Amino acid sequence: MTIQAEIIVLPSSSPERSSLRLGDFPLIPALIIGVIALVAIFANLLAPHNPEIGSLTARFRPPFWETGGSTKYLLGTDQLGRDVLSRLIFGARVSMVVGFTAVIFAGAVGTTLGIISGYLGGWVDQVIMRITDTWLALPALMFAIFLAAIVGPSMWNIVIILGLVYWTRYARVIRGEVLSLKEREFVRLAIVAGCSKWTIMRRHILPNVINSAIVIGTLMLGVVIITEASLSFLGVGVPPPEPAWGLMLSDGKQSLMVGRWWLSVLPGCCIMLMVLSANLLGDWLRVKLDPQLRQL
Amino acid sequence: MSSLTPSSASYEPTQRGRSVTTRPLLEIENLSTHYVSSRGTRVVRAVDEVSLRINVGETLGIVGESGSGKSTLALTILRVLPPAARIVSGKILLEGEDLVEKSDAEMRHVRGKRIAMILQDPMASLNPLFTIGDQVAEPIRVHEGAGRATAWRRARELLKAVRIPSPETRVTQYPHEMSGGMRQRIVGAIGISCEPRLLIADEPTTSLDLTIQAQYLNLLRELQREHGLALIFITHNLGIVAKMCDQLAVMYAGRVVESGPVSRIFNAPAHPYTEALLNSIPRMSDSTQRLTAIEGQPPDLAALPPGCAFAPRCTKAFDRCHEETPPEFRSGGGRTARCWLAASPSTHEDILVRSGAA
Repeated sequence: MTIQAEIIVLPSSSPERSSLRLGDFPLIPALIIGVIALVAIFANLLAPHNPEIGSLTARFRPPFWETGGSTKYLLGTDQLGRDVLSRLIFGARVSMVVGFTAVIFAGAVGTTLGIISGYLGGWVDQVIMRITDTWLALPALMFAIFLAAIVGPSMWNIVIILGLVYWTRYARVIRGEVLSLKEREFVRLAIVAGCSKWTIMRRHILPNVINSAIVIGTLMLGVVIITEASLSFLGVGVPPPEPAWGLMLSDGKQSLMVGRWWLSVLPGCCIMLMVLSANLLGDWLRVKLDPQLRQL
Repeated sequence: MSSLTPSSASYEPTQRGRSVTTRPLLEIENLSTHYVSSRGTRVVRAVDEVSLRINVGETLGIVGESGSGKSTLALTILRVLPPAARIVSGKILLEGEDLVEKSDAEMRHVRGKRIAMILQDPMASLNPLFTIGDQVAEPIRVHEGAGRATAWRRARELLKAVRIPSPETRVTQYPHEMSGGMRQRIVGAIGISCEPRLLIADEPTTSLDLTIQAQYLNLLRELQREHGLALIFITHNLGIVAKMCDQLAVMYAGRVVESGPVSRIFNAPAHPYTEALLNSIPRMSDSTQRLTAIEGQPPDLAALPPGCAFAPRCTKAFDRCHEETPPEFRSGGGRTARCWLAASPSTHEDILVRSGAA
């Protein structure tokens, strides 16, 4: 009997549970993203060496804890004798800027078109969705290479290219959500209350799809960073002297077989940490943005 | 309440003065709304030749089975019809202005501001992502361009007006934190937020349990008295009509088959359909009598039978009913009926002449 009584008491202790909920904040991912962001901002101050100029006498130095390594190059040097740590630090800047701006750019374009397409329907919907279909039918990487070949490689061009390649993913999902949202009673109420189409899209539809957009965004961040790396690898990405993680990863590939693991493993770890953290943060944000989940 | 009224004071004296003396608040003349299939091969006469009028401060009940065109009529008045629906003919005169002729932009200033509507499912009428205050304040901001602070102050007053306890804290809460009855009252508050002249309530109590229903109906009546609202009450519950309404319109297959003052229709229905509806209400007094149901199904609105649409189900139908569609006969006291039985010899001739000309 006593055991039963205890079991019954437990669910009513909701204050405890709600205080536990505050611990939901993903501290470690937030810290990782924060540190990467700070490193990106203060790259000039933090980097011990110039990331673009190496010394050919100091090629392929291993990290300091391996035999032959020195504390002058904490994480070793690459095939041109450039300091890997410095390149990683400056690479954070490139990845942060390219990753986030491209995701936001694609998200803004895709979400806007998705909402317009879904809400207005009719021929507007037909036109936007047929363009989206065509767009999706093109292989993303091929399309990106094609665009990059036209406009020429530079960091901001890459941002625009990635945005143009990936907006369709948002448009599709968001349109689907809008189709169900616009039949919801609160949208009808807004209509009979005299709100214009644009007011309804902005005030009633957009806030309800922003969660999905953020979730797609966190997933897209990984895809975008990896596409950027692929473009760099193929020589149409961020132009070579500039240190991008993807470029470093590709460059280190040949050396991997002869034991120079640090050249590719280290930037690989950076990419992984950033994508994983962004995903975890995005997941938390999704819950936070939903008042119903937030206050349960 | 006094703080709620000044907003529309600028035009009210003339408008109100005019409408009371010379014309009803809303006058619907010969209105038809049809749903047309994309190739134009199928036409569903959802609202067919409907004429109604409602005076300032009056309550008009519209009853009928599901699919009789009640909701389509409401949507037609506000011009928020689905794309397949067309207003084929008729006039909707709001204080003398024809709503059918208005542009979309002009209609937006009518919706919510002069005619407000409460929807069938008020439980789902609130956006889950916004606070109550934001949503009650929205029409005020849209229609009166009020700032956030002003609109929120009004929102708190409105919540007080619909008897929401502690409105100060409620405005900052979200819909899921409210009970069903409260959400519904909030929808009511949104309805009256811009001081409309007419409120259309489309089955506002179907999703509520009975005790809350009674409370809500009382609230609507009080709001109506305090704000001089005219109310169109769409329902299939004749009990609610008896409690709430002054005038009644009975719809069948897209047409108003009978209309007039509630008490008179209840005492002596002119149309067999109204009579059958009244007989199908369970009564407490005679427990031995079987409940009478109306035999058969409502007709397909895309393929109406010739003659009176109710004739196949009507116990009193005679030959003429199956051949000729009855026009709207008018009798004393503002009553109308679309039934050959209602044609009294004296009025018969001139009515036929009138409908033949139209």
